[in-house]
Amino acid sequence: MKAFTQLNGLACPIDRANIDTDAIIPKQFLKSIKRSGFGPYLFDEWRYKDHGEPGMDCTNRPLNSDFVLNQPRYKGAQIMLARENFGCGSSREHAPWAIEDYGFRVIIAPSYADIFFNNCYKNGMLPIVASHAVVDKLFKECEATAGYSLNVDLTSQTVTLPSGETFTFDIHPTSKHNLLNGLDEIGLTLLHADKIKAFEGKHKAAQPWLFA
Amino acid sequence: MAGKTLYDKLWDSHVVHEDADGTCLIYIDRHLVHEVTSPQAFEGLRLAGRKPWRADTLVANPDHNTPTKDWEKGIEDPISRLQVETLDSNIKETGALVYFPFKHANQGIIHVIGPENGTTLPGMTVVCGDSHTSTHGAFGALAHGIGTSEVEHVMATQTLIAKKSKRLLVRVDGELGVGVTAKDVALAVIGKIGTAGGNGFAIEFGGEVIRALSMEGRMTICNMAIEAGARAGIIAPDAKTAEYLKGRQYAPKAADWDKAVAYWNTLATDADAVFDSVVELKGAEIAPQVTWGTSPEQVLPINGRVPDPAQEQDATKRTSIENALKYMGLTANTPIEDIKLDKIFIGSCTNSRIEDLRAAAVVAKGKKVASSIQLAMVVPGSGQVKRMAEAEGLDKIFTEAGFEWREPGCSMCLAMNADRLSPGERCASTSNRNFEGRQGQGGRTHLVSPAMAVAAAIAGHFVDVRSV
Repeated sequence: MKAFTQLNGLACPIDRANIDTDAIIPKQFLKSIKRSGFGPYLFDEWRYKDHGEPGMDCTNRPLNSDFVLNQPRYKGAQIMLARENFGCGSSREHAPWAIEDYGFRVIIAPSYADIFFNNCYKNGMLPIVASHAVVDKLFKECEATAGYSLNVDLTSQTVTLPSGETFTFDIHPTSKHNLLNGLDEIGLTLLHADKIKAFEGKHKAAQPWLFA
Repeated sequence: MAGKTLYDKLWDSHVVHEDADGTCLIYIDRHLVHEVTSPQAFEGLRLAGRKPWRADTLVANPDHNTPTKDWEKGIEDPISRLQVETLDSNIKETGALVYFPFKHANQGIIHVIGPENGTTLPGMTVVCGDSHTSTHGAFGALAHGIGTSEVEHVMATQTLIAKKSKRLLVRVDGELGVGVTAKDVALAVIGKIGTAGGNGFAIEFGGEVIRALSMEGRMTICNMAIEAGARAGIIAPDAKTAEYLKGRQYAPKAADWDKAVAYWNTLATDADAVFDSVVELKGAEIAPQVTWGTSPEQVLPINGRVPDPAQEQDATKRTSIENALKYMGLTANTPIEDIKLDKIFIGSCTNSRIEDLRAAAVVAKGKKVASSIQLAMVVPGSGQVKRMAEAEGLDKIFTEAGFEWREPGCSMCLAMNADRLSPGERCASTSNRNFEGRQGQGGRTHLVSPAMAVAAAIAGHFVDVRSV
């Protein structure tokens, strides 16, 4: 997994509540057997005026200029501002893959759907939960200020605004440790292989039908 | 000390290891696999030189990409075909307890075939790279969707890194009226608590209405727990659960059966257990439900009217209503019964089991699909469901009424195969999500029960199934 420590990046506001993973990456792109290459199709149905299909060269597709991601001022954005319950619906990890492949490393929202939230960490992305008041403020400032950038520091768990104002965020210690160090979770879990085997032995004795 | 909830019991009996901050390694008993969310996980295992810890926990089957007609032609879309063939070769390499390749007599939607073959049992932990894994909670299993990285983690270690959820009890007491189904209960719950209402929670469904439901109905309710934001929905196993499982191919046999049932009987929330939150509904107050918007929480009883954004005080909700009305091509205050349909879809892991098809056939019998409906299709959940329905003559009832009778699969629930809506088309669907573009770009989805979908097909617009 890619490590995440600190980022100073341009923010982009996606101002809509309950954005589902079908909107983040529509189903036709899920036919890929690869983990990469989803960035050009991020928010495909909102971003382009035509119908997207996997493998399509997106450089010449007609853009929906109303969609925020297509506005030149947000080109190169790495921090997504979002609204409540971001990433609801399907468990498709293609959603964080598309967001990450596009160039985002941080999302700031009041709340997330549980599966999506987990999936972000597995891909070296940091989903920050901030209060409604903070998120509202970021949206307002971002929309009013060209080149609006934030400094996100995972070690100190802080986000610094252009004004110098700072807010802190919570993160589970294990998630933080793994993200800071870009650790291979499977490798870490396998350090407990003896414990897993011991559990399995007890479990099998109690419920042999689970091991038929 | 307070007693334990069912969720606590399932959780506690699977903890392999706990970190100081509460992060746990949870042992996984059953891993369901389909073609869409698994290729990258198998590839990851190969690249790291790892093998599945217990291939005998895998139950696999392609379902999202498979066509529902003209099976002799195979899978025409080359990208879909490659994904299905990739699952074939991956399972060939690793092995599995159960694998039904494309066109196998028992192939079907992964959440239908798991239970019907007895591979989902009470007390298990069940995962799948699919959010509707919550379905299996109907058996008193702790079941939820995971991402592809977690699919790889479970294959490699037989465990999942997880943090314990909070506990929410949704209790539905009393009795359901005639024509009101498990689907209506699920939609009414989501309408009440919202699509984020269950975030961070595991939901236990209880109360007289839930106890009275068949296993199929319980699966429908748990299936939709994820649409309320809860990864897992659970129902305590009872005599009905055991009755459903007895004799199924992978269910325990002989002496194991009695031992298993004795254990399953302990899987209930203790009388003095405490939930973090409780939501109560009265069965008698639930009417047949219809979603009008682009989120499952945008739902109303059949006698309702499409909401007026001008009446909404909350700015975020007002914008959501405006966006939904625009996408759905609806005008504020339109009676739900005046909404005309173009297509009808009966199927999906929510409503494609034998009981769903029987309920649909009761309404369809001797009637005709309205001439204004361009396509009405019934997609059974599995080969077994299909054969059972055909043995009962349900397929004849559907085809005589003007429905197409298809081969099993996920089909137009998410439109990864050829079954989809065209832009602007409006569909009454028994599936689980009415998101923008879910059934095809620009398509408009209204979620309903199977009986309500058939009633709409016959009338050409929504009607109260209780009046037909």
